[in-house]
Amino acid sequence: MQKVSVALLINGDRTQLEIAPWTTLLDALRDRLHLTGTKKGCDHGQCGACTVLLNGRPINACLTLAVMHDGAEITTVEGLARDGVLHPVQQAFIDHDAFQCGYCTSGQICSAVALLREGRARTRDEIRETMSGNICRCGAYPNIVTAIEEAMKAT
Amino acid sequence: MNSFQYSRAQDIADAVRQSAADSSARFIAGGTNLVDLMKYDVERPTRLIDISHLPLRAVEETSNGGLRIGALVLNSDLAWHPQVKDRYPLLSSAILAGASTQLRNMASTGGNLLQRTRCLYFYDVATPCNKRKPGSGCSAIGGVNRINAILGTSEACIATHPSDMCVALAALDATVHVTGPHGVRTIPMADFHRLPGDTPERDTNLESGEIVTAVELPAHGFRTNYTYLKIRDRLSYAFALVSVAAALEIDNGAIRQARLALGGVAHKPWRDPEAEAVLAGQPVEQDTFARAAKVILRDAKGYGHNDFKIDLAQRTIIRALNQAAQGTPQSQSDKRIA
Repeated sequence: MQKVSVALLINGDRTQLEIAPWTTLLDALRDRLHLTGTKKGCDHGQCGACTVLLNGRPINACLTLAVMHDGAEITTVEGLARDGVLHPVQQAFIDHDAFQCGYCTSGQICSAVALLREGRARTRDEIRETMSGNICRCGAYPNIVTAIEEAMKAT
Repeated sequence: MNSFQYSRAQDIADAVRQSAADSSARFIAGGTNLVDLMKYDVERPTRLIDISHLPLRAVEETSNGGLRIGALVLNSDLAWHPQVKDRYPLLSSAILAGASTQLRNMASTGGNLLQRTRCLYFYDVATPCNKRKPGSGCSAIGGVNRINAILGTSEACIATHPSDMCVALAALDATVHVTGPHGVRTIPMADFHRLPGDTPERDTNLESGEIVTAVELPAHGFRTNYTYLKIRDRLSYAFALVSVAAALEIDNGAIRQARLALGGVAHKPWRDPEAEAVLAGQPVEQDTFARAAKVILRDAKGYGHNDFKIDLAQRTIIRALNQAAQGTPQSQSDKRIA
């Protein structure tokens, strides 16, 4: 069985993995590196629960192979807080009750962090459109949009 | 997912060589469609040739005033590229109408061209599908075919091509640059994708071992009078039931030149010179738009669940031509249709 060597910079930590080429980035994060904050929802790129930041931009970790990201910088929800202080988006999600079951939340937060950094979305419509790759089965959307708006004001 | 061998292409020549040496190998770039199809057991490549690191990420002006887009330019980078936003806003708008932020951050320009149909039966390996397994039959004909084609279909296949980007590229008369075992060639968008005929397993006219290296736009970008109007079951993150790329050149209230391309209705982006000829030289009027819509749908055929697309397409065309003529293109974030 072929194994490929991959170096990844995950949440600031350099990690070397020997993995089978069919391992998705999502499975590598969860099963090999035990970073289980990133969730497996549909596993087909339809729900956004697996959203992580690849070189700062949100992607679906379930639809990409870990071997293709040698040298890449990956940020998961575990890498957003600094010195025990939550990222402003994380704090805004708590302050505005922007979730119910929480399963989609880490993906929502990763997408929202990138949305703020890119600075293109301003209105609620634009936030909704930019976030449409993150499905919330509990329907917490109004509070998610409000949390993002508030985090936008704070940053 | 089945096991496979993985290799990285060192350069374009190496990619072509590796592909020519193994007919069941597949190139992988963004992987958003291929990895999904491998999970569903629809695609079972023995080898993946990783082309994602090849130097095909540039967007450059051509000597004739057009724009050359490297095959690995990400959909999001293309949509937000200043030159594309300014000179080819139809393309930018169509890309932003498709998929999600995450997928656009992964999907490449070349991969978007090569994405496969979303026909339910193509994905369902328990059912016959001529595209997936030639000769096995078409389950969509007589089956659940709400999302399927109404134009250019065959008895073998009524699948649609799902891309939004390609509909804009077709309207803009883009060309596709490819490199293969026999050298380089250029394919007009109109000839890049195929109608299903009796070989629906072939989506495009790419030959074995050929790789897409770039997409080129001609100088004329129709930046003033254009729209991409996409009708779907959800307001975002859904494939088109019908989409319309409309681009007009208007002079003194008359249409000098018209481009009209439809998505969601055929095995390829659908253009029709006869419909565009109906518009050319005519005043900007509802009757003209309605006539063009009727002409482009003249050979449309419904298969039961998708009968509604024939009327929907005509109405969407008229609405899109109005948006283009008035210079009020459809917003892809405010979903109200003007």
